[in-house]
Amino acid sequence: MDAKNVIICRCSDVTLEDLFELFEQGYTTFEELKRIKRVGMGPCQANTCGKMVQWEIAKYFNKPLEEVPFHNMRPFTMGVKLKAIKEAAEDEE
Amino acid sequence: MKRAEFVIIGAGPAGLRAAKSLLDAGAKVLIIDRSDLLGGQLTKQTHMFFGSEKQHASKRGIDILKLMVDAIIEHENLEIITNATVVGLYKDFVIGYVKADVYYKIQADSIILATGASEKAIPFENNDLPGVYAAGAVQTLMNVYGVKPGEKVLMVGSGNIGLIVAYQLMQAGVEVVKLIEAASHIGGYLVHASKIKRLGVDICTNMSVKRALGKDHVEAVEIWKLDAQWKGIEGTEETLEVDTICMAVGLAPLTELLQQLGAEVKYVRELGGNVPVINQQFKTSIDGVYACGDVAGIEEASSAMMAGEIAGIEAALSRGYDVENAANRLNELREDLSNLRNGPHGEKIRAGLAKLGVL
Repeated sequence: MDAKNVIICRCSDVTLEDLFELFEQGYTTFEELKRIKRVGMGPCQANTCGKMVQWEIAKYFNKPLEEVPFHNMRPFTMGVKLKAIKEAAEDEE
Repeated sequence: MKRAEFVIIGAGPAGLRAAKSLLDAGAKVLIIDRSDLLGGQLTKQTHMFFGSEKQHASKRGIDILKLMVDAIIEHENLEIITNATVVGLYKDFVIGYVKADVYYKIQADSIILATGASEKAIPFENNDLPGVYAAGAVQTLMNVYGVKPGEKVLMVGSGNIGLIVAYQLMQAGVEVVKLIEAASHIGGYLVHASKIKRLGVDICTNMSVKRALGKDHVEAVEIWKLDAQWKGIEGTEETLEVDTICMAVGLAPLTELLQQLGAEVKYVRELGGNVPVINQQFKTSIDGVYACGDVAGIEEASSAMMAGEIAGIEAALSRGYDVENAANRLNELREDLSNLRNGPHGEKIRAGLAKLGVL
């Protein structure tokens, strides 16, 4: 399999090859991968790629899926325009 | 800030049924849903349901939806906000949502999460070519919008979604070239499998996608046999001419809002991934927050309806509402739910719930 042609995160264009390289460099958790490569930080917020990332970590490091933590989830679940947040805050004042 | 005593997030079978319970108890209810249509996945389920008469067996999903909506839509205590995505759920029960690019906040007293699930995907070479779809998306295109996804399809996955969508593709005049399954047996109900088999679709187990082929879109797919460890076996490749690869490889609960709130979640493989830790009342680890339907573990629409009704009754009781005949009704619902999960197809659910400590 040619890992550079396998897209894991289509929002940020992260391939399976990118993940393998990061694993080799010592990044082993979703949180680390996210900070380095933005995997899971696009419009889908890891709803498509998240399970695949978890699965690839489990396979590569030979761990059960239960022991591979998912990434931390914070508001917002999708892109929100700063203008909208500003206007909502002004309405409150 | 706008206030609402009960906010239900998600208007699928679980959310709609929870709304009915709360309205019956005399409560005011606000439902928020991302779609412009009420009903969640029921909006595209043109097939007849099995199971118990009480949960509308032998009716079509879309007709069950109509009954559920008709039962509440005119109610004076009901407010519905559609086309609105909840983007943030905060520890003080402030709910942030976006509708038409405007951001709104609501202060809730009690929250029922019925957000459902998202579709899983599998990685393979060239999986970003146009023509690679998830099965639920294909079902939405066909049954909600009347758009044919392609002409020749490979279906990947033999759970009920894969089997049913394969049949509905054929109903729409699309050729289903083959249906493959990575496991050694068919995952869904055999009655659905035999129906497409009778129509000439080859169902192959122990097989998966090796890669998609094509320049600007899918023109073919290479599939191969898997060994017992689910690894592809070199030399067993087979090329199929298709323009669509449809993945029906499972669902994952949409728990992100619960996790923002800090509710306890646990990875339970049998329930589809991270699920909230809930009790018999469908209450999460946070008082006043309930989770029902697929967000609490992947099951089916019938169980989502029962779970929604239980969660609605429990939420009403917890805030001092008088629910007529509550104890009997709750017993009856719990018994129905456990009967539904008792068959051979409920084995996975039972194992998952046992891990969660709910059984």
